Amino acid sequence: MAKNQNQFSDGNSQNQLYVPQPTARPDGFNDFSHLHIPDVEQSDRPAIDCSPHDMRDLAYGLIRVLDDDGKAKGNWNCGVEPQILLQGLKDMLLTRMFDERMQTMHRVGKISFYMKCTGEEAISVAHTAAINFEDMVFPSYRNQGILLARGYNLVDMMCQCLSNARDNCKGRQLPIMYSWKKGNFFSISGNLATQFSQAVGWAMAEAQQGGNRLATTFVGDGSTAELDFHSALNFAATYSPPVILNITNNQWAISSNQVIAGGEKTTFAARGIGFGLPSLRVDGNDFLAVYAATKWAAERARAGLGATLIEYFTYRVAPHSTSDDPSAYRPKNEEDLWPLGDPIERLKTHLINLNEWSEDQHNILIEKIKIKLKKSYKEAESYGTLKTGDRPDVTTMFEDVYEDMPLNLRRQRQEMGL
Amino acid sequence: MAQMNMLEAILSAQKTMLQRDDKVIILGEDVGYFGGVFRATEGLQAEFGTNRVFDTPISENGIVAAAIGMSINGLRPIAEIQFADYIYPAFDQIASEAAKLRYRSGGEYSTNITIRTPCGGGIRGGQTHSQSPEGIFTHVTGINVIMPSNPYDAKGLLISAIESNDPVIFFEPKRLYNGPFYGEPDKSSVGWDTHSKGEVPEGHYSIPFGQAAITRAGQELTIITYGTMVHVVETAVEMTGVDAEIIDLRSLAPIDYDSIINSVNKTGRCLVAHEATKTGGFGAEILSIVQENCFWKLRAPIERVAGWDIPYPHAFEWEYFPGPKRISNAINRIMEA
Ligand SMILES: Cc1ncc(C[n+]2csc(CCOP(=O)(O)OP(=O)(O)O)c2C)c(N)n1
Ligand SMILES: [Mg+2]
Repeated sequence: MAKNQNQFSDGNSQNQLYVPQPTARPDGFNDFSHLHIPDVEQSDRPAIDCSPHDMRDLAYGLIRVLDDDGKAKGNWNCGVEPQILLQGLKDMLLTRMFDERMQTMHRVGKISFYMKCTGEEAISVAHTAAINFEDMVFPSYRNQGILLARGYNLVDMMCQCLSNARDNCKGRQLPIMYSWKKGNFFSISGNLATQFSQAVGWAMAEAQQGGNRLATTFVGDGSTAELDFHSALNFAATYSPPVILNITNNQWAISSNQVIAGGEKTTFAARGIGFGLPSLRVDGNDFLAVYAATKWAAERARAGLGATLIEYFTYRVAPHSTSDDPSAYRPKNEEDLWPLGDPIERLKTHLINLNEWSEDQHNILIEKIKIKLKKSYKEAESYGTLKTGDRPDVTTMFEDVYEDMPLNLRRQRQEMGL
Repeated sequence: MAQMNMLEAILSAQKTMLQRDDKVIILGEDVGYFGGVFRATEGLQAEFGTNRVFDTPISENGIVAAAIGMSINGLRPIAEIQFADYIYPAFDQIASEAAKLRYRSGGEYSTNITIRTPCGGGIRGGQTHSQSPEGIFTHVTGINVIMPSNPYDAKGLLISAIESNDPVIFFEPKRLYNGPFYGEPDKSSVGWDTHSKGEVPEGHYSIPFGQAAITRAGQELTIITYGTMVHVVETAVEMTGVDAEIIDLRSLAPIDYDSIINSVNKTGRCLVAHEATKTGGFGAEILSIVQENCFWKLRAPIERVAGWDIPYPHAFEWEYFPGPKRISNAINRIMEA
């Protein structure tokens, strides 16, 4: 939230519609000095059965654990085992390098489209580390870190992006619109926010059937404007099902700054307060904070205490997608000035401080991942690319519209000569 | 006259109307500073200010609802829905509100909104950047449904849409933005400078709704189509050498009965082509018009070529797309019948 949030709000007196503006456009400068970043020690950690009413401050603050020197501090520092942190570091690095690799494949024309999550890796990876594999994920398109942290096969991911013969979505979806049922990862939709209220429904069914799994779901700051976001909060508040509702506030929605989604006058976490939901606002570039907040929400959900809304405050370092050029709408170096740093660097520093990691080990890991990605990509391409080699069998294009193929589709398939 | 591609023509129509009528405003996702993801509103915010051209939250329902509300209070909004595939959250506001307001209030209230939205495939967009949902909206009485096939028509029809006191959904076949597409993805693409309809007047002009265009005159067969398919059909006609008459509907609602009926009564044969899925599609409506009005003149069964009844598959874009081969096969079948 900006300190001088109402700087334009006298607009109405000049016969003008008030239209919020980002801090800077390409010709300007933004070092985020207008942001208030609270100290690590500042946030209380309430008991999991705390009434939402008594923890409203957390929707306006910022839960942090790692300080600027990479030390873990404060009430939300829950003493995570180094093993989990090391795995998290590896998964975040893998996510970043996977993105780089696929971006390159797009540049050379092997895949039609790609979306990176650079700078946002801690959100998906730490969140995944703090829940169980059996818990059901209703993702947005920028949660590849969840798949990688759950150990999804790299070749399978690449084959989806290549729409080739081994693509489990059978060539029907744009690259990155993954689906992984065995990994309890729901099919990604191109239509924003639809998953948010579906996750609530899944969790309602879990409660209704007496299960112990929870659902978790993600939307972006921009997508919180969609009706599905509000339906999700309403149903979650009404039925108290075991669900975690996550907002990745990376400041941008294509060219629209989060102020256009209503982020100027309050926080996204505060959306939960009106519904009576416990709402947390978290440093999204702090692996330990994301982990701790998720753990809190998961424990609460499993104890039958219902849903939690979490906003992760972060920055979209990457362009929106391979179709986007952010230099047309935001200052060129804005990402370098983001005050919450880089999630990988921050966790790395912390682990080095703990003597659990070293620069050498880090460099070796990078080399290992490079080799693994190269090898995986080579294998993936052997199953074909969109342009050359094998594709899924073309007759499959008429399948899965319904469980049993109706006559109109049979006839059309015949007409195609298949 | 100036040389314009379809995006420039659409931009020019909006600019012309922003200049002529200070009640015209533009709203939508990314339409302001950035000028839209396809750049159809590029430079308009810089020229007309944030009071006239502004970004909205990502809520299609909110965009259409707000546009309706603004129109009731004296404005003339143009709402951009970023892709037609994302129009569904706004369906209630379109079908229950915009379309029925005039009727239910006994003519007291009505809405003049124009909803612009890119549609159709051919850009490797997969199932959520490729749909042609026009048939869903032609079935809702109370809204006008328009789909141009070239820059000249796009500008003239968009100006009519903005000036209309009824709600209009203006579908823009995105594959045509930069040039005509003849249905042959492997051939290098050409620009609108190669096409006579790329010549567009710079100022104000309008094309009335409900008037189809005959883009090719012929005697043996009538092909009724619209949007991207107008150009694809041309290729198919050339492949067969049949003397076909091609009718570009341009306006689906209201529809030009006379052009359809006169042509089919003359040729005695009819083919309908659209990119949207076949079952329950707008082609069925055209077929009914033909059979109701031209039955005794028909010399062959009427045929439809359309998208298969499946979501638009990313890897099989060109197997899905009703290309020149499928159309020419249908032409030959009709001619041999
Ligand atoms: C219903 C719908 N409307 C519009 C779009 C087009 N669109 C795709 S991504 C996007 C921006 C989303 O921004 P945000 O929610 O902040 O997520 P981020 O991309 O930052 O992760 C838009 C407008 C869409 N996919 N679906
Ligand atoms: Mg965002």
